[in-house]
Amino acid sequence: MSKLSQKEYRVVTKPIRKLDAMQLLTGQPVYTDDVTPQDCLVVKLLRSPHAHALIKEIETEKAMAVPGAVAVYTYKDVCQERFTTAGQTYPEPSAYDRLLLDQRVRFVGDPVAIIAAETGEAADLMLARVKVSYEVLPAVLDFHTAKDNELLVHPEDNWRSLCPVGADNRRNLVAHEEDSWGDPDAVFAQCAHVVEKTVHCKANNQAMMETFRTYCEIDTYGRLHVISSTQIIFHVRRIVSNALGIPKSKIRVTKPRIGGGFGAKQSVVAEIYPAFVTWMTKRPSKLVYTREECQIAASPRHEMEVRVKVGADAEGHIRAMDMYTLSNSGAYSEHGPTTVGLSGHKSISLYANQLQAYRFNYDVVYTNLQAAGAFRGYGAPQGIFAVESAVNEIADRVGISPIAIREINMTREGNVIRSYYGELATSCALDRCLVRAKEKIGWDDSSLCRMLDDHTVRAKGMAIAMQGSGISNVDVGSATVRLTEDGGYALVIGAADMGTGCDTILAQMVAEVMECEISDVTVYSADTDFSPYDSGSYASSTTYVTGKAVERACLELQDQICGLGAQMMELSREQVVFTSDSVRSEDGSRAVSLLDIATKSMCGNTQAMQATVTHSSPTSPPPYMVGMVELDIDIETGEAKVANYVAVADCGTVINENLARIQLEGGIVQGIGMALYENVTYMTDGSIAENSLMEYKIPSRMDIGKLDVEFESSYESSGPFGAKSIGELVIDTPVPAIAHAIYEATGVWLTELPFTPEKILEAIEQGGKYKNN
Amino acid sequence: MDVRFTLNGVERTVPISADTLLLDLLRSMKCYSVKRGCETGNCGLCTVFVDGKPVLSCSTLAARVEGHDVVTLEGLREEAEAYGAYIADEGAEQCGFCNPGLMMNAIALYRENPDATDDEIKEYLAGNLCRCSGYEGQLRGIRSYLNYKKGEACHE
Repeated sequence: MSKLSQKEYRVVTKPIRKLDAMQLLTGQPVYTDDVTPQDCLVVKLLRSPHAHALIKEIETEKAMAVPGAVAVYTYKDVCQERFTTAGQTYPEPSAYDRLLLDQRVRFVGDPVAIIAAETGEAADLMLARVKVSYEVLPAVLDFHTAKDNELLVHPEDNWRSLCPVGADNRRNLVAHEEDSWGDPDAVFAQCAHVVEKTVHCKANNQAMMETFRTYCEIDTYGRLHVISSTQIIFHVRRIVSNALGIPKSKIRVTKPRIGGGFGAKQSVVAEIYPAFVTWMTKRPSKLVYTREECQIAASPRHEMEVRVKVGADAEGHIRAMDMYTLSNSGAYSEHGPTTVGLSGHKSISLYANQLQAYRFNYDVVYTNLQAAGAFRGYGAPQGIFAVESAVNEIADRVGISPIAIREINMTREGNVIRSYYGELATSCALDRCLVRAKEKIGWDDSSLCRMLDDHTVRAKGMAIAMQGSGISNVDVGSATVRLTEDGGYALVIGAADMGTGCDTILAQMVAEVMECEISDVTVYSADTDFSPYDSGSYASSTTYVTGKAVERACLELQDQICGLGAQMMELSREQVVFTSDSVRSEDGSRAVSLLDIATKSMCGNTQAMQATVTHSSPTSPPPYMVGMVELDIDIETGEAKVANYVAVADCGTVINENLARIQLEGGIVQGIGMALYENVTYMTDGSIAENSLMEYKIPSRMDIGKLDVEFESSYESSGPFGAKSIGELVIDTPVPAIAHAIYEATGVWLTELPFTPEKILEAIEQGGKYKNN
Repeated sequence: MDVRFTLNGVERTVPISADTLLLDLLRSMKCYSVKRGCETGNCGLCTVFVDGKPVLSCSTLAARVEGHDVVTLEGLREEAEAYGAYIADEGAEQCGFCNPGLMMNAIALYRENPDATDDEIKEYLAGNLCRCSGYEGQLRGIRSYLNYKKGEACHE
């Protein structure tokens, strides 16, 4: 029985329609390019054709002769202080290694010049007419040889690292750490079974449907107003300030609706360029990234190679883990020092129950390839692929089922998770998720691999996963709640709803605490001039961190409303209580309506009917899930297709059943894309082959079989209404579960993504395990 | 040069260049529901009706609609509201950026094949990419709407 029903909620937990749903479904103009003028300056970027080069000369005269040309800016025109475009809390762990434009270009696609023109056509002509001569330099294109390579990606003297993350530009190091607990070598020596495995994950693209885009203008007071599709308005303000060398107070950042983010828009990919154009020209300007630019010069997942060693005793108790992750940050350091941590902290930590020792070391390196960023999962999918594959393999060696090895070893409520900052597993229903997932897919009903017809094998595979809920002691969530003139409530936040529905779920929380209907709540987000500070929507933080701020702000506002209501009835604060539509005297004999209180608050009143609360959490309670797949493999072509994917997740209290379910389904499909379709291939010159949605194959609805998802909730007492997070966790299981199914069919563990038909066919020819069934 | 066509029921004559794409023309005429998600004809976000048939406006020259009837989601508001409500009840609109193109094709599907099976729905909408929803919620919503319309038809 679920512990969910500690309290029956009225609005929270209900499948309420997203507040903006009908505006979106009827195609109303709500996105950046819809709500900003079409006749502003068009900004485009001239990009480097070389992976590593020094600009010798840029001739701009011919470009400036194009009718409609407004400006060509080069490295000579920009601020020379380095900064990072990673949307992180200051001081950022990512090194200050960027300039707006640099004389040294570091990857194919690195901006060389900023073009501004009256029209798109003029900008295109200008791009073709800027002549650049380069001194082409040898490039670091293999991330295995980047560390301590004599070729340096960032040889410059003004490179800076603000945090002790082990970064060293003289060694091409973005980060380095060595962490351990217990004596792993001694424990491995005692293990009856040891599995070693190295997996390779690619620099997957978020491929959100709305590409990066930003509009800028000068406001009434001469300040720079940035309207952008971003998850992080406050970080954008700081980063634009750093990039342009102007005070933060001169910058206002707002975001309209966002056409998807998945972490891509947790980096300042586009904003700095039109910001610079508008600041220089004092004219409105806009930059809209092409899909090609999104694929080759944006903020994808970190390519990682994860080497893991797992040791178990003869009965299958997992006693030791050793992991080394090599992460490729590309030409710049954005999110490099932090994503890598999750590869270990979110994978080793799945097995706290019997573990006696672990080691987790990593290097994050600079290369002359596209820089990486934040993508849903943030390093966890890479590490979980390695660990879950190794655990599935060790179960096979021990001779127990993959279910049994989890039953013995998986983290349980009450475990202290050493590899997760020593946090206590305060809420964990992973055990119940496992039971339920196993039932739903009928794990024991048929063998793990069987022939469906003469050329199709159906195989099962599974994996478990965890993520976090915000960044402990770092993320800040804030909410302002006020009583409105009509006796309802306005919620103002700095978090960004990127489609997930955070505006709606936070409004549900207001309605729950204030005992009103969700239609009584209006939400405003997000504007650096008006929103209370919020670090932004990333790291699975909004429900857990900002949600708690909302809950607390509502309670404070209730107290203020009671104060004014009491004053109106000439009673003391202690003599009144809050009800859904009024403040009443304790004995129920007298009452003033919220509407009357709202009216009174605007006449001769000295107390603001408005509460702002800022929240941060000392812990980051993990949500957990179990994913199980039935994969159909064509043994003649090697083609694999997901027939059925079962997932059961514990995200604490589910705040909105519909929206949480869509997170699960959407995340699983992205994970399936990562496992089977989405490839990133570096050509010998460092360019990326998959530079469009033609080549970069995100799943279509024809590629997905049946998804069968549900929730098995724990109750996290530190979260709002018992909630944890859901947004990132959901991408973590498909890769290892599908790898497991391929093993059950072929007898070969695939370790490099994606699992293309070629690789599967080779595995079938090598292994052919299905023939044994 | 000018192009003369009917846009959402209104006769319009507007200047274009020979290489103007229908997508860009429609956005310049304030039909902001029409979105660009790629440059390669893969995403389906820019779907509009030309003479009642769904086409990719990114792959159609504006000059091609001379004398034709063009409808965008702005011209189908009531139908989009009724239909879309079923997708909204699944939470499957998500970021919404793919929604207009999806709604255009979902409406075309209903007009062409109101009895569509789930597999037929998936096949008809295969060209409409969505990165948020995982597609299942959209399918549930479309299924519910088709079932509702079928029930409505039976009662008539």
